[in-house]
Amino acid sequence: MIVYISGILIAGGLFFFLVGSIGMIRLPDFYSRLQAAGIIDTMGLLLSMSGLAILALNEFTLGNFLSALKIIFIVVFVFLTGPTATHAIVDAGIRAGLKPWQKK
Amino acid sequence: MKTKQRIITFCITFSILFLFWVIFSGKFDLFHLSLGIFSCLLVSWVTSDFLIVTSDISRFIRLFMGFTLYIPWLIWQIVLSTIHMIPIIFSPDIHNKINPKIIKIKSKMRDNVGLVTFANSITLTPGTITVVLNTYGDMAVHAIDDECANSLPGDMGKKVEALFRD
Amino acid sequence: MDNLILYSSIVLSLLMAIPLYRTVMGPTVLDRFMGVNSIGTQTTVLLIMIGFLYKRVDMFIDIALAYALLNFISVLAASRYFHKSKGLTEDMESQDS
Repeated sequence: MIVYISGILIAGGLFFFLVGSIGMIRLPDFYSRLQAAGIIDTMGLLLSMSGLAILALNEFTLGNFLSALKIIFIVVFVFLTGPTATHAIVDAGIRAGLKPWQKK
Repeated sequence: MKTKQRIITFCITFSILFLFWVIFSGKFDLFHLSLGIFSCLLVSWVTSDFLIVTSDISRFIRLFMGFTLYIPWLIWQIVLSTIHMIPIIFSPDIHNKINPKIIKIKSKMRDNVGLVTFANSITLTPGTITVVLNTYGDMAVHAIDDECANSLPGDMGKKVEALFRD
Repeated sequence: MDNLILYSSIVLSLLMAIPLYRTVMGPTVLDRFMGVNSIGTQTTVLLIMIGFLYKRVDMFIDIALAYALLNFISVLAASRYFHKSKGLTEDMESQDS
């Protein structure tokens, strides 16, 4: 039962990885592509990591519980640092004078 | 009074660090725990002024309780705006569907941690990215279409302002 | 359970080719940083899947955490390094003239 739930969550995470990757290819300019890369950093990571954390709890021991907790800590860590990295890239683009794409 | 404040922040920093040590180590015998106590004492002696900058402890506890209510709401907003992004990305004429622009919004907060929380929440939500933020609350946000641009500051601004209200 | 993780990691490795295209072909340097950041996020997930395959999850989680840290630090340092430098914009020639 647990394996099926985590399988669905991992498949959802892979689907959002696909959505973000296709957005990175198709969108017209750099700032819009960062929005698609944000999907990879938030939804894809959240769903696939929660699936893996549930899978780690398949047989409940203290070591497995600590493993699941550490997987959740990785998600918290990326949620804290991801916006900082995104803002560093955007700031470099703005200071270099890269203009956003506008609809004609 | 000053030394009492320092001792309280030292104890809180030490307990947070030691909790993380126990979780990440995963070993509970005497040798590893004493190593953890020694290193956590050293680190919290150096950094006890950095982690907890607020002066009263009750505000710290209130912020902690507020964040535990705010984070599930933020994850729900991330889910909603990701679902909003999917048809945009898969649409055949993507250049007509999007309308990227940089909008300026203003926040009434003056608390630095509150402003950073608000800016990070905007960046975490797919569809909007914070470009510029200063200490007076002026922000420039890059939004990918009109619906994302109109939804700011909106509910998120109200919630963060209520969280960091003094 | 092993088949689930095995096929998921194969699909994930194939998905990492799409940001790799953006990394190699990107018009600006910042596009390449963005591709590297996305590949790093997917590698963090892939490392934990490898840990499940080798039945050593407790060890590979620490490696994945260190990899996430390194990914953040490298993107931050690289974007600070290319701060205000030339070569970031797409149309250099039209801006100079």
